[in-house]
Amino acid sequence: MSDEANKGLLSPLRRKLLMGMAAVPAVTMLPRASFAQAPATSAVNTTGLAVTDTEVTVGILHSATGTMAISETGSIEAEKLAIEQINAAGGVLGRKIKFIQEDGASDWPTFAEKAKKLLVNDKVAAIMGCWTSASRKAVLPVMEQYNGMLYYPTFYEGLEQSKNVIYTGQEATQQILAGLNWIAKEKGAKSFFFIGSDYIWPRTSNKIARKHVENVLKGKVVGEEYYALGSTQFNSVINKIKLTKPDVIFTDVVGGSNVAFYKQLKAAGIDLSKQPLLTISVTEDEIDGIGGENIAGAYACMKYFQSLDNPNNKAFVPAFKKAWGEKTVIGDVTQAAYLGPWLWKLTVEKAGSFDVDKIAAASPGVEFKGAPEGYVRIHENHHLWSKTRVGRAKLDGQFELIYETADLVEPDPFPKGYQ
Amino acid sequence: MFGDYSIGDLGSIFVMQGFAGLILFSVYVLMALGLAIIFGQMGVINMAHGEFMILGAYVTWMTSNFFQSYLPSLFSGYFFLAMILAFLASGALGMLVEWVLIRHLYKRPLDTLLATWGLSLMLQQAYRSIFGAREVGVELPQWMLGSLHVTDSIEVPINGVFVMGLTVLITIGVAYIMFRSRWGRQVRAVVQNRIMAGAVGINTAKVDRYTFALGCGIAGVAGSAFTMIGSTGPTSGQLYIVDTFLVVVFGGAASLLGTIASAFSISQTQSTLEFFMSGSMAKVLTLLAVVGILMLRPQGLFALKVRK
Repeated sequence: MSDEANKGLLSPLRRKLLMGMAAVPAVTMLPRASFAQAPATSAVNTTGLAVTDTEVTVGILHSATGTMAISETGSIEAEKLAIEQINAAGGVLGRKIKFIQEDGASDWPTFAEKAKKLLVNDKVAAIMGCWTSASRKAVLPVMEQYNGMLYYPTFYEGLEQSKNVIYTGQEATQQILAGLNWIAKEKGAKSFFFIGSDYIWPRTSNKIARKHVENVLKGKVVGEEYYALGSTQFNSVINKIKLTKPDVIFTDVVGGSNVAFYKQLKAAGIDLSKQPLLTISVTEDEIDGIGGENIAGAYACMKYFQSLDNPNNKAFVPAFKKAWGEKTVIGDVTQAAYLGPWLWKLTVEKAGSFDVDKIAAASPGVEFKGAPEGYVRIHENHHLWSKTRVGRAKLDGQFELIYETADLVEPDPFPKGYQ
Repeated sequence: MFGDYSIGDLGSIFVMQGFAGLILFSVYVLMALGLAIIFGQMGVINMAHGEFMILGAYVTWMTSNFFQSYLPSLFSGYFFLAMILAFLASGALGMLVEWVLIRHLYKRPLDTLLATWGLSLMLQQAYRSIFGAREVGVELPQWMLGSLHVTDSIEVPINGVFVMGLTVLITIGVAYIMFRSRWGRQVRAVVQNRIMAGAVGINTAKVDRYTFALGCGIAGVAGSAFTMIGSTGPTSGQLYIVDTFLVVVFGGAASLLGTIASAFSISQTQSTLEFFMSGSMAKVLTLLAVVGILMLRPQGLFALKVRK
């Protein structure tokens, strides 16, 4: 199934990309590996990966079906785009990237099984994949046992670090702390109401946020509520919010619940232009479903917004739309997924080898100057140094950049004093 | 927990919380009605109920897009047409499904569970292929957004009031059809004794088909109405299915009154508990209470006495 799907996608996509390639300065800025210099396969591949003299195979492992397809579709699109662009710019160590796509089907054991298939049968050099923490946790032991390399795009709760994973999204402190600092300073916020979906990411994130509010900002958490994944009724908690009158509503509600929450918030007469709300779970992708008019005025704390004004992003957004349709929106995770293939390529070139051990060792310090979010660098702990940004949702479903940290924020997956 | 608040504040919160409970009640009744008809009258366990609802939601989305592009001047009223179209679309699909799938399984009720579950997976993937994996946002006319300003501190969501009104209308409609019309008498006759009903000249196959279509059509209207309060995506139907079955089973399968009573008690328990504790805890306690009551009364709150 996967090979056929690849071919079907490759040719029209490649044509479109080549047409748009002239408009992609980010790509031309990067060092080009020319085919003439391609080093011998025996030298760059000592562990039997799927590398030939002209090709190298990687895996893409996301949910194309099931509940998570809503979120993971953007990541698949971004990774395919990055691979196309890398190939158009000369490939990796003179080799074209070929990809095998597997479907995790929103089912965590399936993810583990497909990861094993990619590593053991297909001998892929790297896997771009996973989205939920549950799928990553299922795949992690497979990656470690068969010594694979996973590029994981989603912002997540932290408390993890592995030689075999590069985390291209933010861990919790990177995402939360700067945003809380900003809203406390800007809005003079002292009291916070937390509401989230009931699973590990919101609970861990809120734990960190609570410690920060209480110990650092000297504020007060007036409510902390969790609703089961998929809940569609929020009227009671909205009444509690009305009763406690918090300075800031801090939310990490996900999935279909998100849509219900913002629609009901609006219907209950809470005007987000007057009642500050800071979310760490709504990107441009989610607003598509929520509707701009229901969330306009809310603040989101992310590292990337489609509206970012920098040369890399100005090339990235049109290229993405050209490949996947004018109406497609690009959220934070989609951008992080786009980083995966690029970071892998840069690391392979730095290491001069496709071997997983050498890539893991060479990763710290690898920098990607063409990142749509601006600039990123891999930290010793395999997470990325990146900026934290706050945007305000507009009626058209885009965010307006309100604040960004002056410097890159250091990733800290095991934050001291926050556990 | 209420020490810090003034009497006025508390009073208005309790009023609004009462409304929240009533809205939840209407939502439960609306989503359970279609299933109650199919399950109660035909004994078919329709696991694809949520997908019939989402078909209604997608029809609403398409109608809204159509009006925005071609008839922007009439946009403020499109929702009524959308609900009618949702009813027709889901009803037609229901009729087709009954003809292709369900009618072969009447003698094997448990197999309908498996068959309709498979159907729900097929419909989900169909929506994903046709409308895309991402959720779509249904744009509503301006008058349906926001809230009614009763006093300074009491605000009632307009979409909630709309759902309540709709629920009352549809419930009255269904009750009328079932208990006053000629067709309703035929349906009840078939439920009580299929062979005798056939013998006195009722076309039982046709009655079955229209009953199933009616249940699915009402699901479509519910889905259409829920675009105001929830999400519209290929798997959004799954969000409703558990609560729907809970309401129908707790109410007693064959009873319309039971469905309403059960929706009322579950929604009031849940919304009251939600106010005093966290959302997930409230759900746990509600489910525990339901389990407890069903252990004492396995037939549900109201059960018709039917000769077996």
